[in-house]
Amino acid sequence: MTNAPLAMLAELTHRCPLACPYCSNPQELTAKDRELSTDQWADIFEQAAGLGVLQLHLSGGEPASRTDIVELVAAARDAGLYTNLITSGIGLTPRRLQALEDAGLDHIQLSVQGVNARIADRIGGYKGGFDRKMHVADHIAQMGFPLTLNAVMHRENLDDLEATIEMAVRLGARRIEVACVQFQGWALSNRAALQPSRDQVDAAKRIVRAAAERLRGTLVIDFVPPDYYSDFPKACMNGWGSTGVNITPDGTVLPCHAAETIPGLIFARVTEQPLRDIWYDSPAFNAYRGTDWLPDLCQSCERRDIDFGGCRCQAMAVLGDPSATDPVCRKSPGRAALDALLVQEVGTVDVPDFIYRRL
Amino acid sequence: MGPADVPSLPRGVRRHFDQVRDTPVLLGPERVLMLDQIGCAVLDHVDGQASIDQISDTLAGLYDAEKSEIMADVIAYLGDLADKRLLDVRT
Repeated sequence: MTNAPLAMLAELTHRCPLACPYCSNPQELTAKDRELSTDQWADIFEQAAGLGVLQLHLSGGEPASRTDIVELVAAARDAGLYTNLITSGIGLTPRRLQALEDAGLDHIQLSVQGVNARIADRIGGYKGGFDRKMHVADHIAQMGFPLTLNAVMHRENLDDLEATIEMAVRLGARRIEVACVQFQGWALSNRAALQPSRDQVDAAKRIVRAAAERLRGTLVIDFVPPDYYSDFPKACMNGWGSTGVNITPDGTVLPCHAAETIPGLIFARVTEQPLRDIWYDSPAFNAYRGTDWLPDLCQSCERRDIDFGGCRCQAMAVLGDPSATDPVCRKSPGRAALDALLVQEVGTVDVPDFIYRRL
Repeated sequence: MGPADVPSLPRGVRRHFDQVRDTPVLLGPERVLMLDQIGCAVLDHVDGQASIDQISDTLAGLYDAEKSEIMADVIAYLGDLADKRLLDVRT
């Protein structure tokens, strides 16, 4: 039986002042003139709530790039959704923050590119961004907004993990996501520049364990490990079409950020078909739903109902086969290809320059 | 957490009735907790005023149970929420 979705990620726009080389948006970005209107989004939020969505993540791009962000938050709360804003902070003036609070915004998730201006502005590709972000963070704290820091970690900043966690405490965040880059979207093109070393990963795990213990009751630390170093794949999206749904700026409905990289799947738009029909009945959402489609290796595995064969987009990206076992899995014949990539890219002396994400 | 501590739901954590799944839930950042009868009974009395002792007293009366047993359950339940940062505790 197919469950109703719990969470929706609404990519309101692909416009963003930052240009992070690990952006989860697709390589082919959607231009402003194709973005949905305020009313179209409000209708989607109503449909989502009716379908069973409880949590709404307003994301982008930079969602504050939408001039109607306050109206969108109000519409989401009217629909009864727990509303989270995933933002770089750029564009959130004190006045806009106040309007968002008045509109009923539940929570802010602030992205962090680095612990100082030198590294943060280099990663974000935006000079002055770090200082502006810290200014916004202070305002968020003063207002008492519930705050999560989303720290995306990789080769260049993983050694700053301790300081990153300290920053979360200093800013009064209740939660930090220590999210090591997953190689989809723009990150895939920048993998060699972003992939941490095994030593970095081992150190990070030790730091997270110690900090979680030390900061119990003060800060919750959610750690997303860099999965190329894992023995078993992540339960990507908690299973395809099981829990979450993404809407792109033009209303395309996806099971995950990167699903459009899988050839042959046709993704419907919520402007053309009800969300309910797309979720339950569309071939794309049913393609990898459940476990019946899994290859024999996964069917016979005791982890079948733990990781559901891992990430489809990763199987596609590394092996060219979206139906294969995630190559992260030690049992997968595809693991050799992943290991070869690690040796080649982490071992390289000439670390390539970033390819920045630009519209 | 002790008897004199006063728990409260912080901003950004709220109760909601999930019409689709026909169940009460607690919503917080990246969290959805389905609330069973016990969870609801405890949270009904978390108002930012009542202490753990007072909450346990009320529940012991309501359910005709030993206060010490109730208090152990209340502390275990709310302690878990506090660890998840879904509950504030004033000492």
